[in-house]
Amino acid sequence: MSDATLPTFRTATEEAPLLRIALIAIAVAGLAILVFAPLAVVFAEALRDGWLAAVESLGNRDARSAIHLTLLITAIAVPANAVFGIAAAWFITKFDFRGKAFLITLIDLPFSVSPVVAGLCIVLLFGANSAIGSWLVAHGWPIVFAIPGIVLATVFVTFPFVARELIPVMIEQGRTEEEAALTLGASGWRTFRTVTLPNIRWALLYGTLLCTARAMGEFGAVAVVSGKIRGQTATMPITIEMLYNEYLSVAAFSMAALLTALALVTLLLKTLLELRHADQLAATRRH
Amino acid sequence: MTMAARPLVHKTAMPGLGLSAGITIAMLSIVVLLPIGALLLKGASFGLTNVLDVVGRERVMASLYLSFKLSLLAALFNLVFGVLLAWVLVRYRFPGKRILDAAVDLPFALPTAVAGIALTALYAPNGAFGSLAQQVGLKIAYTQAGIFIALVFVGLPFVTRTVQPVIEEIEQEVEEASATLGASRLHTLRHVILPMLAPAALTGFALSLARAVGEYGSVIFIAGNIPLRTEIAPLLIVIQLEEFNYDAAAAIGIAMLVISFAMLLAINLIQIVSRRKMGHV
Repeated sequence: MSDATLPTFRTATEEAPLLRIALIAIAVAGLAILVFAPLAVVFAEALRDGWLAAVESLGNRDARSAIHLTLLITAIAVPANAVFGIAAAWFITKFDFRGKAFLITLIDLPFSVSPVVAGLCIVLLFGANSAIGSWLVAHGWPIVFAIPGIVLATVFVTFPFVARELIPVMIEQGRTEEEAALTLGASGWRTFRTVTLPNIRWALLYGTLLCTARAMGEFGAVAVVSGKIRGQTATMPITIEMLYNEYLSVAAFSMAALLTALALVTLLLKTLLELRHADQLAATRRH
Repeated sequence: MTMAARPLVHKTAMPGLGLSAGITIAMLSIVVLLPIGALLLKGASFGLTNVLDVVGRERVMASLYLSFKLSLLAALFNLVFGVLLAWVLVRYRFPGKRILDAAVDLPFALPTAVAGIALTALYAPNGAFGSLAQQVGLKIAYTQAGIFIALVFVGLPFVTRTVQPVIEEIEQEVEEASATLGASRLHTLRHVILPMLAPAALTGFALSLARAVGEYGSVIFIAGNIPLRTEIAPLLIVIQLEEFNYDAAAAIGIAMLVISFAMLLAINLIQIVSRRKMGHV
């Protein structure tokens, strides 16, 4: 019997081929217009006057200071967030206490607050005309319009990232392994380092990646607290805004291209994690 | 239940209670709760009538209405497109699928300021899409249409990412049963599959809406920022702060916070209701 004589059957759980092709076409076209086109424009605009102009625009003093500042802020905010995420996940998953659901809601809160409102809150708490702020300024510790404020704003907007990835994974893994280690006489730290950490390392890395991407790119909250002082409190995204508003398009898009390249690296690493270590990530990350 | 109150923390041999609880509560307080408290305190000292007075100003009301209206439209667009995208990415095989799947997350990874200037360059009258639109007499950048596009961009991943795992979990038998009982494929999709996706899709919709209402970076470049017409609420806060009007900024901030909390509540209610109905989310 040759295949050619067989009529082609479509199983009852599939859409008609034409509908399938149409849906795929809509999906591809939609993403091309909405996502790929803006991505391409960033690099096209950056390279409008050639490679040299793009690279040169990143070499001046203000641009280099912006890159340094963004790296510094990220280097402080991300570990702070990782420490918080681990502590919160340990507290929430290893102990039973009242108000746990409420605590989780509070941790998720920054996701539903506008970054601008987040910045506003920090200005109102630590700004020079608040009680705490004026005391800190008088003692030489300005927060707002200075680096600590930018760090605070960044930690605020990225607050739930690590905790959110760790909590579901640690709930799934339960407490038995840790309990066994403790029964066998391991100290708390040793249990954490040798039992818990290996179990959560990929989820931790995943959360840290998401956190890093957001920390490097945060704009709204930082715009409010930074004061936008060139060479001092202007991060990369803030510098992009300043350059763009001064009609320095190539310089603005070159810095944007640099941030975009970092975002693409993050995306690549994240996709690799999803492929390689899916079983050790939160269930919603597996596909 | 006995008369004894439930203990605050159940006794356990697990170490690190003090340390983990301490770090969690200290950081939560310093980073999130105290700043939000400062905003509410500022509002309280300004007085409720003054807050309402500021929020009731024509320019503020217009910006809140604009932010909410366009966010709703963008979230609706993302609801439809996001479900379609999730379905295509889970059920169909075609070349380039992995790239497409990864690209869904790009709006999360791309800094909002970058998205803002890229979309503006694209949709400005001399941009690639903007010039096309102009030929048919449409203006996109510096109008509400431009804001809509920016909000679609930032909210794009939410619905797809909440719906995808649910589609993966649907057991083929359900669809087979429906087909065996004589339902057409479209009937099955409409009456069997869609109800299963609804709770997750609604959660994604609400997340997308919440994100869009507070969005700033990707919008301000493309919006044109004309008072009463294309000025979003977060921008008004920034303007008030630049003029050192802390009271007015706090008033608008509180209005936005109330809107966010209402939406957070709605998300939680959706999840609770659907968990009861479906047994899971």
